[in-house]
Amino acid sequence: MRLFILGAAFATLLSSSAFAQAPDKILNSSYDIARELFAKVNEAYVSANPGKTIDQSHAGSSKQARAILEGLDADVVTYNQVTDVNALVKGGAVSEDWQSEFANNASPYYSLPAFLVREGNPKNIKDWGDLVRDDVKVVFPNPKTSGNARYTYLAATAYAKEKFNNDPEQVKEFVGKLFDNVPVFDTGGRAATTTFVERQIGDVLITFEAETRGIAKEFGEDKYDVVVPAMSILAEFPVAIVDRVVDKRGSREFAKSYLDFLYSEEGQRIIAEHGNRVNNEAVAAEFESQFPEVRLVRVEDVFGGWDKIQEEHFASGALLDEIYGQR
Amino acid sequence: MSASPSGKPSRVGDTPLVRRTLITLVLLVGAVLVLAPLIVIFAQAFSLGVGAFAATIAEPDTRHAIMLTVIVALIAVPVNTAFGLAAAWAVTKFDFPGKRLLIVIIEIPFSISPVVAGVAYLFVYGLQGVFGPALADANIQILFALPGIVLASMFVTAPFVARELIPLMQAQGRDLEEAATSLGASGWRTFWSVTLPNIRWALLYGVVLCNARVMGEFGAVSVVSGNIRGQTNTLPLHIELLYHDYQTAGAFAAASILTVLALVTIVAKVLLERQGAGRRSRVSVAAPVLLAEGQRP
Repeated sequence: MRLFILGAAFATLLSSSAFAQAPDKILNSSYDIARELFAKVNEAYVSANPGKTIDQSHAGSSKQARAILEGLDADVVTYNQVTDVNALVKGGAVSEDWQSEFANNASPYYSLPAFLVREGNPKNIKDWGDLVRDDVKVVFPNPKTSGNARYTYLAATAYAKEKFNNDPEQVKEFVGKLFDNVPVFDTGGRAATTTFVERQIGDVLITFEAETRGIAKEFGEDKYDVVVPAMSILAEFPVAIVDRVVDKRGSREFAKSYLDFLYSEEGQRIIAEHGNRVNNEAVAAEFESQFPEVRLVRVEDVFGGWDKIQEEHFASGALLDEIYGQR
Repeated sequence: MSASPSGKPSRVGDTPLVRRTLITLVLLVGAVLVLAPLIVIFAQAFSLGVGAFAATIAEPDTRHAIMLTVIVALIAVPVNTAFGLAAAWAVTKFDFPGKRLLIVIIEIPFSISPVVAGVAYLFVYGLQGVFGPALADANIQILFALPGIVLASMFVTAPFVARELIPLMQAQGRDLEEAATSLGASGWRTFWSVTLPNIRWALLYGVVLCNARVMGEFGAVSVVSGNIRGQTNTLPLHIELLYHDYQTAGAFAAASILTVLALVTIVAKVLLERQGAGRRSRVSVAAPVLLAEGQRP
């Protein structure tokens, strides 16, 4: 009897994941801290499109891209790294022109590296320049392992490039000083948060603006202040249809309508409620007070694109290794 | 496993001071390393009140994660128990070339990091791997579905039962089995009536360890699961997901369930052992009786 039940359970699970795939169900492969956001988005989408189901997979987005290349049948991806979608392009799962398939470079929302400081901002940290002061301890994860921290590295570098007129030596010195002020390099964003919040290390935590609000909400809004610097780097949250999968399953239309929903006013409002900045003007106006003005520079404009960044900054032995190795 | 008989002469250096210091040290380390985190798990789980705890447990994704973890254990533990028994039997009762190699192979999962095991499965069953394309053509999903999770869990826990049994069965030797065979008992009968009663506590212990590890396995499963909520998220993966999502209380609530699942198996083991302890003396007497029965055709 038990064997029978087991067998039945086994068969049900098998069929739900491999066979009997009705096109009224798609899988969204997403990054690790977007669980709540997409739970809300999906709820709204399903109530507007009864009978549809969106399954969610969440993990670090590089790992997620790898899983798709290895056969995970995700119909759409919603990531926090353009490079991870590009990995899917290189693997032949996503078409090369994915960024033109949806508005704003296929990025329905965006964020930026911002600062979370302790209540009342006792060290008076306002901008990137303050982070290299001798009396300031900074916390962010290791850029070698964390996509989040790569944006921090790029934002600090972009700031230094402007300040020192692109003088490579001075830029390197600035970023080096910033790294010197980091007492611990954790491997991921969540661990860095623990270092800052629970171990009480550091004066400022650098992470996506969207997340600074989440952290303040979870650990006490009266204990932390969010500081948005005058300039930062635009962090896109790219979405794409996984052609390999939707062509096989016949779910392209569904996938497209789901991603389109992220751009709709309703979708944008939910996204903004979770601390992300959106392009929809009406919604952006609604949430104006939540998002201080900031001048954002683009990765493409400052660094000439992700491939170039990889080669010049993040590859083994490149600039990041040089700076990191000096410590 | 077995407690040393009392009334043993004290060893060199076994003065009361040394004894007390050692006991205090062990209790202290136990309290700090094991008990404190356990207490924290439950304290945090209920930090937002019983209502929040119940809400987390009632969430369909959490319930599914619990169910999936139990299903994986229900498949992986019996299979690995059978494998462990067969392996231990082969290694201790027979002589054959390559015996040492077999022992090494059985132990490999102990020495390999579970993440490596998971990645190895990717290379074998992944779309970019050896069998992946053929499996995809046949529409058979191994990775990112239940079969992959079960396979990865089984790989990691393969040695547990065998490792518990081999030393014991080696120590017990083959005399009893040989006697049974010479008295005309079949191999099956010898196993059920002679071997099994002698090894059952070690076997039970191996099964409990295996089960605890299957339920708690994170690294290997994390690579092959695909992390689909409500489908392939096991309880440990679900805990990580909640934790990363700043759902601390929820993560600890799920963690407390996992802890309870593990504690249940350990308590079950203790209860079974206690129940069996009374009968143990009778069992050793009973064995020859059963053997005598086995003589009759």
